[in-house]
Amino acid sequence: MLIIGEKLSIIARRVREAMMKRDKGPIQEIAVSQWKAGAGMIDANVGPAEDGGEELMQWMVTTIQEVVPLPLCLDTTNYGAIEAGLKIHNNQWGRPLINSTSNDPERFAMLELAAKYNSKVIGLTVGKGGLPADAEERAAIAAEIMARAAEYGVPLEDLYLDPLVLQIATSQDHALKVIKAIKMFQELNDPPMKTVVGLSNVSNGCPKHLRPILNNFYLSLLMYEGLTAAIADPHEAAPTAKTIDVILGRTLYAHSYLEM
Amino acid sequence: MAFVPPKETYSGKVYSVTIGTGSNEGTFGGENVLPFHSFEGLTPNSPIIAYEIQDVPPNDWPGTVQKPYKDVSNDPVSWAKFCQETLKARALALRLIGTHPDRENRSPEDAAKTVRDVLSAIDMPLIILGSNHAEKDASVLVAAAEAAKDKNCIIGKAQEANYKTIVAAAMANNLKLIAMSELDINLAKQLNILITQMGFDKKRLITDPMCSALGYGLEYTYSVMERIRLAALTQNDMTMQPPMIGDIGMYVWKVKETQAGETDVPQWGSAEERGIIWEAVTATALLLAGVELLIMRHPNAINALEKVIEELV
Repeated sequence: MLIIGEKLSIIARRVREAMMKRDKGPIQEIAVSQWKAGAGMIDANVGPAEDGGEELMQWMVTTIQEVVPLPLCLDTTNYGAIEAGLKIHNNQWGRPLINSTSNDPERFAMLELAAKYNSKVIGLTVGKGGLPADAEERAAIAAEIMARAAEYGVPLEDLYLDPLVLQIATSQDHALKVIKAIKMFQELNDPPMKTVVGLSNVSNGCPKHLRPILNNFYLSLLMYEGLTAAIADPHEAAPTAKTIDVILGRTLYAHSYLEM
Repeated sequence: MAFVPPKETYSGKVYSVTIGTGSNEGTFGGENVLPFHSFEGLTPNSPIIAYEIQDVPPNDWPGTVQKPYKDVSNDPVSWAKFCQETLKARALALRLIGTHPDRENRSPEDAAKTVRDVLSAIDMPLIILGSNHAEKDASVLVAAAEAAKDKNCIIGKAQEANYKTIVAAAMANNLKLIAMSELDINLAKQLNILITQMGFDKKRLITDPMCSALGYGLEYTYSVMERIRLAALTQNDMTMQPPMIGDIGMYVWKVKETQAGETDVPQWGSAEERGIIWEAVTATALLLAGVELLIMRHPNAINALEKVIEELV
């Protein structure tokens, strides 16, 4: 399973300060540490980035790819910043992933960019009308995003459907609905659609010591239903991801499997 | 409508390994499909068969396979030359069986001298094998590796009990290495991981999942080899992507069917023919399971296998 390292997010104070000061040190250190821990892709979350987003995203892409041979997940609502990042992304390490489009017409431009730059793209299964009520509604929205992707010329194998993980502390019933949605998304196409989650959102707002427990057990259930990728902390999630891959027979067991 | 054969696509690829130097080097591996599925992808190299010779006369071999070498096998150098000049071997495997404590117990220095002598007499890739005595091999193979420095030979076999010393010697002398585990796919993977964690390049490694002869557990070897190859190709498991070796002659020529004389079992027919067939059939099965490098003994069995390979590629 693909782990997309979540640690380079503007929400974290240390990262935000480094971004503002254009200080490469902390950004590169976090990027390398996530790569070494098992991330197959690095998320670069620059927030809404309304002022100077283009330049900031380009600085992030260059700074990270200088030290880590991985593709990036470009994470912002700013269309211009995504395009700026795609222009300079080094595809030698793999194609980038846009985070994200949805069923909101304002976000369709992301599909246009995905087609134009041959990028992969996350389709968040929400529309303009707010949060989906259950797995069925998520699947219905997913089908609409798939139709839209086809319209814009984005191949379905480049679309990663995201059911939107909610906080277990406030929306406990959605935990199971999201697992069910992962199963349903795959049935929308043959070969099965790819899926992705923002994993740590499940434990957002929970006491700190509970977070890794919730994240890891939730990840194993999602993987059992066929999850393709998770935006997560690789230090925390890699042992679970590798172990579930072994249990599900996707990786051959050896005593040192966690070190690979 | 014309029939279109269904094609599998695989995510992984077997590393290709080159042995020997100059104009007489040989390359095996490199495919990204199951054995001989050339209609599905790349099969850049054919399997290579190495003639097995040893450092001491082959008194332990059945008479039927001693016979082709009877005039040369008292000396490894003339034996090696015979394989090169008369039998037109593409590769040679020198087994230092005489170093085994229960045999002649030859010293590492003697073994190193044999390696040097053979290397200077031949112009083809060489595989250097210990006596499979884990403790003795650790010293013998270190000396042998130094004698073969920079000659791009394969040395082996590194096992769980002695791999550290042998891996270090292979690295220091720029050689390729055989990693052997005993018929267990998970241990094969584990040993490959441990060896690469020492800094040994996985592209210089050859996996020996351990052989067996027809009628003596061949199906276990077949199954382990097949699963290793499937892990390499379908799961893109890099620890399982080194090519595989089948050390066939050693297992075949010690079973009852290749040893028993014609007076003991007249109903089994010609002893010589029986042995050759036993080795050829065992080797053919393992070829289909995925071995890229074979070590065999009888020239007629090797010729038969060369034909099989020619027809399959």
